[in-house]
Order: sequence, then C-alpha cells, then structure tokens
Amino acid sequence: MKALPESVEELADGLRGVGYLPGEEAALVAYLAVRLGKPVLVEGPAGVGKTELAKALASCLERALVRLQCYEGLDEAKALYEWNYRKQLLRIQAEAQGASWSEVQEDIFGAEFLLARPLLSAISASAPVVLLIDEIDKTDQEFEAMLLEVLSDFQITIPELGRISASSQPVVVLTSNNSRELTEALKRRCLYLWLDYPELEHELAIVRLHAPELGETVARKLVEIVGMVRELDLKKPPSIAESIDWARALLLLGASDIDADAFAQTMSVIVKHRTDLEIVAARVGLALSPSAP
Amino acid sequence: MSALQPPGLDARLLELGEELRAEGVKLGTAELLDACAALAEISWSERRAFHGALAATLAKSQEERRVFDAVFERFFFRAVEAAALREGVRERADGGWSERAGKAELDLDELRRQIAQALRDFDEARMRDLARLAIAAIGHRASAPTGVVGLDVQRIRRALDLRGETLLLGEGDADVTGLPRAALARFEALLRAELEREQIERTEALGPKRALSELDRALPSGPVADLAAVHRVVAQLRRRLATSGRELHGRRHQDHIDFRRTLRASLQTGGVPIVIKQRPQRPRRPELYVLCDVSTSVTSASVFFLSVLHALHDAFRRMRSFVFIERVSEVTDVFARERGFKEVSEAIAADAGVADVSGYTDYGRVWSEFRALVEDDLDPRSTVIVLGDARTNGRDPRADELAALAARAGRMLWLNPEPRLYWNYGDSVIAAYEPFCEVFECWTARQLEDFVKALTRPLVA
Repeated sequence: MKALPESVEELADGLRGVGYLPGEEAALVAYLAVRLGKPVLVEGPAGVGKTELAKALASCLERALVRLQCYEGLDEAKALYEWNYRKQLLRIQAEAQGASWSEVQEDIFGAEFLLARPLLSAISASAPVVLLIDEIDKTDQEFEAMLLEVLSDFQITIPELGRISASSQPVVVLTSNNSRELTEALKRRCLYLWLDYPELEHELAIVRLHAPELGETVARKLVEIVGMVRELDLKKPPSIAESIDWARALLLLGASDIDADAFAQTMSVIVKHRTDLEIVAARVGLALSPSAP
Repeated sequence: MSALQPPGLDARLLELGEELRAEGVKLGTAELLDACAALAEISWSERRAFHGALAATLAKSQEERRVFDAVFERFFFRAVEAAALREGVRERADGGWSERAGKAELDLDELRRQIAQALRDFDEARMRDLARLAIAAIGHRASAPTGVVGLDVQRIRRALDLRGETLLLGEGDADVTGLPRAALARFEALLRAELEREQIERTEALGPKRALSELDRALPSGPVADLAAVHRVVAQLRRRLATSGRELHGRRHQDHIDFRRTLRASLQTGGVPIVIKQRPQRPRRPELYVLCDVSTSVTSASVFFLSVLHALHDAFRRMRSFVFIERVSEVTDVFARERGFKEVSEAIAADAGVADVSGYTDYGRVWSEFRALVEDDLDPRSTVIVLGDARTNGRDPRADELAALAARAGRMLWLNPEPRLYWNYGDSVIAAYEPFCEVFECWTARQLEDFVKALTRPLVA
C-alpha cells in the first residue's frame, strides 16, 4: 500500500511505470478520483483501455483489485451478499430438536452464514482496494439504484445485520460502453471521463510499448492505417487492443513492411465484420503500395 | 474552500453553472461543490488542468461535454472580449500588422512557405501570428468575408493550398508537400478563433447564443442538413430508447411467475420456494408500414425520419417503408442497401419515381395506391405511420380512403413536421384526417423521440 500521489504527474508516472500510458485527461481525472475519493465513470468505445485503467490504478497504488463484471439480470445476491441457504438449513435441521425459534433465528443470520460478493468484500476489506464495476450499462436501472448507497457513502445495509460501513475508502472505477444512458442519480455521484481513441503519437507509444520488437517505421505506418480505418464508417472500428494484436501478428509473420499483400492477409485482425472487410479492402487496401516483386 | 483561491472564483463558478443550465446541462449543487473540491486539488494556473477538472465534475456525458466545452470557451475566454467591448477598447483599424500586410501586398508564396515551416515545427505562437496574417492577406483580398466562420476557414485554406500529408502513399517519409495533420487541425482552430474574434470586433457584439443541445434544435429542414448533427441525434436517440426499454423491462418483471423454473430453483433450498422466478416478457415489436411524403417541403424531415426508424429497426418485427408525392413507391431495400443519410437521400431522389406530372402531393391517389399495395398484409398487429404536412394543394383529401386503411390496421399514426400553429391554415387539411389517426407534432428531435417511445410502448401499460 503506497501513500496517495501528490500530483497529477506523480500518478501519471506511476501508471506509466506499470505499463499503462494515460492521456492527459485520464491522468487528471484518475488523480482527482484518488484525491477526492469519488467514483469515476469511464465511458468510451470498446477497447480503448477503460478496464485497463482500473487495473493499472490498482497495481500502481499497490492495492487489490475487486472486480464486478456486470451483465443483464445481475442482482443483489450476486453483487452484494447472499445468505448461505444450505448452511442455514443444515443448521436448522441440526438444532431443530430442543432449540427455541429465537435462538435459531439469531444463530442463522450471523456473519458466518453470509456469503460476501464483490461489493461487500470491497467495502469490508481491511486494506483499501480498487473496485472495478465493469460494463455498468449492461445492468438494469434497479441495480444502478442499489449501487447509489455504495457509491456515495461507501456503506451497505443488510436488513438482518444492520449497516456495514467501509473501513477503508476504495477507489471506484465504473466503466460503460455507452450502450444506454445511465441514470442522472448515478452520474451525479461520479466524476466523468470520456476515453476516446488516442492521438496518433499516443497510440504509437502504446503499440511500441506492447510490441517493442516491431520497427519504428512499421509501427508508425500501422498506427496511421488504423487511424484511417477508424475514419471509415464501420460497424466496429478497430480498438487499441486490436492495433496491438495486429502489431504482434505482423511480428509473428515476420513482416518488415506493411504493403498491400501483408495488409490483405492480416486485415482480419483489426476488422471483424464481413461488410466492414469489403469497405476497408476497397478504401485502404488500394492506397497501399503493391508489394515489391 | 482553501484560502488560496482568489475572491470571486466561486461566484464565477456559479455563474458558469447558471450558463450551463441555460444550455440544458443538468447540473445540481452537488456537482458545483465537486467542482470546487476538484479545483482545490489541482494547480489551476494551468489552463488544461483547470478545464479538465471542471469538465470531469460538471459534464456527465459526451453530449454534455460538447456543450460544456463551448460554454467554457465562451464564458472564460470570450469574457475578455466582452469586457473590451464594454470599455470601447479596440485595436486601431489602421495599426499594427494588418497595415504592414496591406502595404507590402504580402507575397502569398512566402506566406505559404512560412506557414508550412511553422506547422512542421508545431510552433503554436508563430502559428497564431500567421493565422492573423493569413486572414489579413486573404480574407480581404478576393471578396469580403462571408461571415460564416467555417466557410471562411476553408476559403483561406484553399487559397493557401494547405494540404494534409497523404499518408502511406510514397515509400517512406519522402512526401514533402503535405503538412502534419495534427498541426494543420490546430492551425484551422486558430484561424477559426481569430475569425470569430474579428467578427466580434466588426459587429461589436458577441456571437448569438444558440441552443447548443442537439435535441432542442429543429430537425433538419433544408437540403444541406448538417450530416454530423443528424448522426449525433440518431446515436443519442438510440441510446435513450435502449434505456427506456430497460425501464419497461424492469417494471414488467413482476408480471407472471414461471412455475416450472421456480420449482426447479426451490430444489436448492430443500423444496422451499425461496427464490421466485418470473416469466420474461417480450417487448412489443410492432409491424410497421411507414409512408413518407418526399415532396420538396418535407423531404429532409422524411428521409431523416426514415433513417432514424431504420437505425432502430431491431425494435420492430418488420418494417416496410414507402415514399410518395403523387404516387407511392416502396423503398425498404434502399435502406437495407445504403448506410449513409446522404446516399439514401440520393437513392430515393434518383430512382423512387414518385413524381408524376405536377410534382405536387396528391393524397387521394396515394391512399388508393397504398391500399392496393398493402391491404392484404394489414392486420390488427400492424401500425401505419404517415409523415406529411397534409397539404393537398387544393385536391380532395379523400379522408374516406384513409378511414378504410385505418380500419384494417391496428394503429394509425400521423406525424406532422410543421409546428401545430400552421396546421389547418392554407391548404393543410390535417383536420380531415385527424378523426382516423393519432396526430403528432414532430419538428424537433425531442418530439421525434417522444413519438418513437410512444411507438414502442406496450399497449397495456
């Protein structure tokens, strides 16, 4: 556990140290989140490093990462806590003879029978953690409402046990793919960060970091092509993760340059729809120089 | 609040908040408190950190961020100019560099070379100077500035023949004619800022405050609608509709118990049904027949509306679209084929073949042709939507035909892209059709959104 960073630069350096290159804005908002103890809502297209930001924060602050992956139909039992019914039943059956109801009742609603789910374990952890609530837009609005208590006061109310407050304040990162509008109440409690596709130089640095063996000029060309592809009207524009995958694919193939042939062969790494493939092949593939004889 | 802050910043922040609210950003006191707290954490002598901290706390979506950026610029950096205007201070019209530029009849080639150099070095201060010089040299050379900032920027760029570097074409980096794209974009932004400033000086007034939120603006009505704006509205509508779907989803959870799944789940708890499972309910997915007027008065609204519906096509079971002026023509496959708003407009204009002789809408004929086309397919599950201004150009409205259609279809809706004020004036005969269909006023994106919501809402709420 490290002390909180004292300046934006310090946090940015820390993030760079663990292999995440934050943009200016991302570093600033992450810093504010850590200092103010407010949750951050990170929105942006798929694959720009929203989840990675939380992971990098955790390892740079040297905290444990508690991750709650959201999906449609996620409810309290899977996110907050659940009573261990089976154990409770066993207990009742074991003690049914002779014990009065009130004794049993007190017994079976104790901490022993509580199964902690991610939110509860993040709140009750003894050392502060980084809590990542991933793809919050996949859940229903009821779930969002339930999160409000956790996000603003860092506490959870369990009817049978009372209120459990955080012993340490976690850094909370929520990510959203922007597939639906989140409620105002949730947004009000968060800082907002929009992560977009990075600038050319920034992405080049990221690709070079993850595929250092790739030559400088090839990497630059790769990033430029990805930038061009993103400007087309595609169903699914390539993400940063896909640029990195592409760089690695080129390395595996031992390509020293991206020419029309190499592009045609490896294009499927960055473009994943059939109709998109056609568009990209027509617009970008032709602009590339034909391979040397 | 820390004592470090200059007196009055909090007050300014509140003013900024007021201005943001006026632009439709939902802003509570909590956000403003957050903003104050955030400013205490950063060194706000640096503009980007100051801007970033305020943006993170005050703007909570991409759309709001766009509005925020514009207001922030206007609030903090137009403020200087506003003050100057109040004081009556202005640059001497005949002084400084502009005189120099005028007298020396600045050599365009020389200017171009200097700009290219500055762009390659990414020298911001120099770029700003050159932007002013370029405006002086070109802005007043051929013709008077158009007054539309975007057009002027493009004019100057063309005159200077500034082209972005063409990526990848040559072998290696040997391409010397192109300029770095990032620097070029920055230069354009500077040009824009300078032009705006000049405009303020010329008219001695700040630019008018426009409604910045897309949803409050009127739908595109002219043929040169801003495509980017259309796309933004569609994307936004899509997200909002996705949300409203969930709202309904949540409420309908409580409807029916799925007995089989409940029993199955109860096995875990020794046969005691502790967890109740509900039967999932399908959202209503209407079958749509959309009939749009594409005569000149309402073309843009129609194509826009059709694009929106097709972008949302997965919310409907089946959708067929028709366009009409004097005759009806089906265009469903045009939308299946083309993606862009522009391509669709062109395709419809090119081969729909709906204008006959006069080019004026003939509702009577349209109804009878439409009936012949789809009458056998219509059933109580189908919804017919008509978009038109109900201006018959003096012809017989033939409301009886529409009544026959309405009787066969489950629902009949009419969208009128004119403000309600104009209805039933002139040759508008909407009153004749009103008894047979639900009529909606639809000339802003927000009204359109309400309509699409009403369309997908379940019949029994």
